[in-house]
Amino acid sequence: MIELTRRATFSASHYYWNEAWSQEKNEAIFGRCARRNGHGHNYTLEVTVAGEADPVTGFVVDLKWLKDVIERAVLAEFDHRHLNLEVPEFAEQKLIPTTENIAIAAWQRLEPVVSEAGGARLSRVRVYETPEIFAEYRGEK
Amino acid sequence: MAMAYFGRRYMLSASHRLHAESLSEEENRATYGKCNNPHGHGHNYVVEVLVGGEVDRETGMVVNMATLDETVREAVLERFDHTNLNFDPLFVNQVPTTENLTKAVFDVLKHALPAGKLEYVRMEETENNFFEFRG
Repeated sequence: MIELTRRATFSASHYYWNEAWSQEKNEAIFGRCARRNGHGHNYTLEVTVAGEADPVTGFVVDLKWLKDVIERAVLAEFDHRHLNLEVPEFAEQKLIPTTENIAIAAWQRLEPVVSEAGGARLSRVRVYETPEIFAEYRGEK
Repeated sequence: MAMAYFGRRYMLSASHRLHAESLSEEENRATYGKCNNPHGHGHNYVVEVLVGGEVDRETGMVVNMATLDETVREAVLERFDHTNLNFDPLFVNQVPTTENLTKAVFDVLKHALPAGKLEYVRMEETENNFFEFRG
């Protein structure tokens, strides 16, 4: 079994706000992240797939294909967007776009595409909000 | 509920000397090389902490970063940053290799964590070598 990781970057804005809470509580829990005009990050997305190397090509998956999948499934809707206002998982489902929830949303977008292609399975999605802050999702065990 | 992981990287600067009391001077030099220099030397260590747990429905978080930062600052950074590791009580009876430091930081943090389960502590001694402990 080989794990293969492809990295991609996107830039987006967001803020943290729980509609069920008062302004005071939002500010106490989320600090500067609760400022309603939002702020932004250069995110790094790491997508790891696991599988056996194909005996003919030597590939677990074609990296070009994985790059295209990441671009279509995630970057096309996350890059240069306001996550709270423009990305359905956060705008419609009212999920707070924390790094954890962004990792889960990216997983849910990628997993069906990787599964359907056969061969490899999605093993891990890691999202870096800054070089020092990241979250990871490995699906439900 | 979804199980996810939150990771954070911190930096601490410390000095150490690798020297085992049970070995002769010659054996120490042979084993530890430059790291056995009697006056010690230092590193900028990167401490990477990964915490696993359920994503809280109200906050969208595994652990509140401000609380995690405070815990790491109190339990780890204030203790080890800008110190000579050989003088910490933890290293009276063991050599302050980064292996032993990684385990020590893991143990200290495991008990101090505000929420979630400590998945691993990774200590990067330089850009080219790092150590990881998962308990």
